[in-house]
Amino acid sequence: MNVFRDLRMGAGFAVTGGREGWTRTLLTAIGVGLGVALLLLTTAIPGALGARDDRGRGRDELSGRAQQAAENTLLIATIDTTYKGDDIRGRALRAEGPRAPVPPGLSRLPAPGEMMVSPALADLLASKRGALLKERLPYRTAGKIADRGLIGPDDLTFYLGSDALTGDSNTAVRVTAFGNDFPAEKLDPRLLLLVVVMFVVLLMPVAVLIATAVRFGGDRRDRRLAALRLVGADARTTRWIAAGEALAGSLFGLVLGLGFFLIGRQLTGAAAAFDLSIFPGDLDPSVPLVVLVVLAVPAAAVAVTLFALRSVVIEPLGVVRTGTPARRRVWWRLLLPVVGVALLFPLIRRGADAGEFNRFQVIGGTVLLLLGVTALLPWLVEAMVARLGAGRVSWQLAVRRLQLGSGAAARSVNGIAVAVAGAIALQMLFMGIEKDYVRDTGQDTARAQMSVSSSGSIGSDRVTEITDGIRRTKGVRSAFGHSGTRIGDRGDNPAEGATLTIGTCDALRELARIERCADGDAFIIEASGSSDRVVGEMRPTPGRQVVIDPAYGMIEGAAPSRTPWRIPAAAPTVPGRADAHGTRYDGVLATPGAVPAAARKLTYWMDVQIDPTVPDARDLVRNAAARVDPLSTVYDLSRTQESRRFANVRTALFIGTAVVLLLIGASLLVTMLEQLRERRKLLSVLVAFGTRRSTLSWSVLYQTAVPVALGLVLAAGTGMGLGAALLGMVGRPFTVDWTGMASMIGIGAGVVLLVTALSLPPLWRLMRPDGLRTE
Amino acid sequence: MTDALLSGHELHKTYGATPALAGAEFTIGAGEIVAIMGPSGSGKSTLLHCLAGIVRPDSGTIRYDGGDLTAMSDARRSALRRSDFGFVFQFGQLVPELTCLENVALPLRLNAVKRREAESKAREWMERLEVADLAGQRPGEISGGQGQRIAVARALVIRPRVVFADEPTGALDSLNGERVMKLLIEAARTTKAAVVLVTHEARIAAYSDREIVVRDGRSRDMARAA
Amino acid sequence: MSIGHTLLGLLESGPCHGYDLKRSFDERFGRDRSLAYGQVYSTMSRLLKNGLVEIDGLETSGGPERKRYSITDAGVTDVEQWLGQPEKPEPYLQSTLYTKVVLALLTGRDANEILDTQRAEHLRMMRDLTRRKLDGDLSDRLICDHALFHLEADLRWLELTTARLGELTQELRK
Repeated sequence: MNVFRDLRMGAGFAVTGGREGWTRTLLTAIGVGLGVALLLLTTAIPGALGARDDRGRGRDELSGRAQQAAENTLLIATIDTTYKGDDIRGRALRAEGPRAPVPPGLSRLPAPGEMMVSPALADLLASKRGALLKERLPYRTAGKIADRGLIGPDDLTFYLGSDALTGDSNTAVRVTAFGNDFPAEKLDPRLLLLVVVMFVVLLMPVAVLIATAVRFGGDRRDRRLAALRLVGADARTTRWIAAGEALAGSLFGLVLGLGFFLIGRQLTGAAAAFDLSIFPGDLDPSVPLVVLVVLAVPAAAVAVTLFALRSVVIEPLGVVRTGTPARRRVWWRLLLPVVGVALLFPLIRRGADAGEFNRFQVIGGTVLLLLGVTALLPWLVEAMVARLGAGRVSWQLAVRRLQLGSGAAARSVNGIAVAVAGAIALQMLFMGIEKDYVRDTGQDTARAQMSVSSSGSIGSDRVTEITDGIRRTKGVRSAFGHSGTRIGDRGDNPAEGATLTIGTCDALRELARIERCADGDAFIIEASGSSDRVVGEMRPTPGRQVVIDPAYGMIEGAAPSRTPWRIPAAAPTVPGRADAHGTRYDGVLATPGAVPAAARKLTYWMDVQIDPTVPDARDLVRNAAARVDPLSTVYDLSRTQESRRFANVRTALFIGTAVVLLLIGASLLVTMLEQLRERRKLLSVLVAFGTRRSTLSWSVLYQTAVPVALGLVLAAGTGMGLGAALLGMVGRPFTVDWTGMASMIGIGAGVVLLVTALSLPPLWRLMRPDGLRTE
Repeated sequence: MTDALLSGHELHKTYGATPALAGAEFTIGAGEIVAIMGPSGSGKSTLLHCLAGIVRPDSGTIRYDGGDLTAMSDARRSALRRSDFGFVFQFGQLVPELTCLENVALPLRLNAVKRREAESKAREWMERLEVADLAGQRPGEISGGQGQRIAVARALVIRPRVVFADEPTGALDSLNGERVMKLLIEAARTTKAAVVLVTHEARIAAYSDREIVVRDGRSRDMARAA
Repeated sequence: MSIGHTLLGLLESGPCHGYDLKRSFDERFGRDRSLAYGQVYSTMSRLLKNGLVEIDGLETSGGPERKRYSITDAGVTDVEQWLGQPEKPEPYLQSTLYTKVVLALLTGRDANEILDTQRAEHLRMMRDLTRRKLDGDLSDRLICDHALFHLEADLRWLELTTARLGELTQELRK
């Protein structure tokens, strides 16, 4: 009569049901716990990313710009570098007054020649691996940056005190405060779509997992319920008692889940796999979400149990008749994906021009499509299995087993199917928009692999000297340095002019086809089509009188050092060629001797070709550059450039899917072991008949493989459908990511093999004749 | 008894610390029906398991048709059980998801007989045991007596030389028990199969040609003692 | 039931006066009818004549003459044979079978021997009955079934008695 009393009684059984009752409760609790931990983790990730982003913005130097030096201004120059593939954030600081702002996480500004480093960078510098970096940053470490000024525990950051910064240099900015007033950069709606779908895809199987976990050990429990019927409990009471058992299991699961989560968030390794380093403290699920999880999980446990028992008739006589189940009807199962598609359909082509998507519509549609998989799969398995013929004995045993009760198998496989369907869809979406994020840089990596540049105004003679320094570095094959700026007709607007590039004869030969050349020569590059069209563009001709503007035409107002120059009358016109960056130069090329000494303090850049067989060649070049010009910037050249963020999302998807599939594999294994234990006696009888081990082993494999295979087929279909819809939404043609699909299906198959392999030792143990002895 | 088909000599078997057999002897000739009697826990089932090659005794020898069963590998013994032995147990022996016909055909199929042929032979045997009408049913849908008759049909379908029956009527009422025994014995007589019949019921043992008594792991051949 | 064998069996556990023999017989087997003195003395004199018992001592203090009997080797053999011989299966055997089991236990013999021998004998008859039943018509079957069930009941009772008394003896010996 009283529902609460029944629930409590059921919960009591879960705890006091002897060893068996305990095992069942524990299995449920672990399953639910893993699910809950994953839920909490996922709900915490947006917050963690937000916190990380906030700190990142808090240390930007994009607000509080000042024009004039004052007692509260600070000069900042970017001196980022890269070490063994890791990006290091570096800032050179010089206070212009006593009230200069201090970056977040620092208690004071570093004095000239000393630096403040992040703990991760301090570790790197102290390690053997960081030996070359220590050469590049030979400054005294005066302190550590506190977490407040870091985006994550693996953040590599340093602040260098410098007295070389000047306000008029092109590299330094002058600020009165740290921060970023610009509105946060909005995530590309297409990336947002990806992330949203990814969350759905990863969380759906978790929900399925929880639903499966509360049904662990159902057969045995049903028998106990039958015993309760015998002593007078009515059908309704037994159902609520069963629900009470599931409720207890899920409550234990919640506790375990919280424990798993707390342990898990200390393991930064997991987050590092996503190429995101996150402070454990940042992983703080929001309270409403936690409350939701805490309420929803037990409620779901009760609901699932009641729903599952609706078709089970528990008779008092210790016999549970899974009353000839009404044939699974297909119409409402089909309804789910149809509604899902209907929700997604209007969004098609919406994203072609980076438009916004209705997030709820996307989530709703995706969820319904994937739910459709879970609803269709039991029906599909039942329908397909009913048509399967009997082949070998092992096949016959497996098929007949599935025909008799495919529900449990289909349930376990549901999670796999949902995960794989979602993952396939995402892979397709990745493929489709990959090209948008991987762009061809046009750089010719055969001619140069690195580039050094500096806007510090250094004389042309020093460029030669620096170039020689780099060239002498171990692992460098060649280095060509250039400096340059703009020339113009009149002094007041040099932007309407042409480019002047200064370099040695060898260096100039990288930019144009020059035959004879000696110091003092100058050349005019043959006008290519484009330069004619630029309004106001000056056409350099031999003997023309121009001015050289060392500020590159960027600084408005009075230019301090414009130098008049006459383009040598003997300058021949030569055909240009693209340099290693893929840039075609135009204007005038000059050897240092052809330009007046007064006009030689110019911006420079240098292309470096390295010997890839020399280890650490790139870092040696960076070290050399830092030594000769601390304010220089070094780039790696590459043919293509993939959006880093995009690569992360892809890795995360792969790992997430693998983890979810493994979890589901565990639940499949539990189901299988349970079934084997129930059939102990029968297995012994089959052994007495002389049944081969292999026959029963194959039967176990088929029994897992058939539903999984059906699940994967359905998942591939749904996944492609969802993928097509998502591609349609971002306006990309339908392409199938066959390798991605193969890898997902491969993981699914791997899970089947793993489950089978782990089931075999218990199977063989149960196949011993002990089971024949009277129990 | 020089014409013994199956014999066990000085059989010892211990489960954990519990001795189940302590020097048991057994002999059965071709076509003979021998009852193994004794109180529960006396080791009679263990004796049957040893004789059938399901369990390897700790010591002692078992000879079947001139060969040494105890020296055979597990695989050889399994093959022997498939081809030469039939089994009937007390209950829980039919594969619940297979139909009765498939259950009866199972031993033949384990012997690599084609499905069609196996099932037609199975049908013949089901007719002999008067359960032909149950062919399409699942074990869960038939009565205990019918189930045992299906089990007898399954034991005999390979025309075994020895049928091992462990309390075949233990879970049945008298009438059904009598019926199963009558069919089992008649079928065994017509196919000249020997029957090793473990039972604690005298009425069931009365279907045998002679009995041996097992007590505390030792056997006593009453025919010889007399 | 053989009173002579029973008294012999009782004597096997130690020499005894006629009066005590009667008492111990009555205690164990005389629930319905106790043994008359006369029957004891006539039986004892028959056994004496056949050399199965001998006079062990004579007490004449006061009252009537009291002979103390003890069993001879021939007597022990006689008991042995009697116990080892199955009774012809027939209804209402239990008093004899019971006496045999008790005596076997009293004299330190294995009661299971009696059980096994008797079962073999019963089974011999039951096999005949089963054969007749299988070959016969319905009335044969019904009659044979009746006999079979009775014989089985005998055996089961005997099994149970052996087991129960066996347990009891084990406990007493501890």
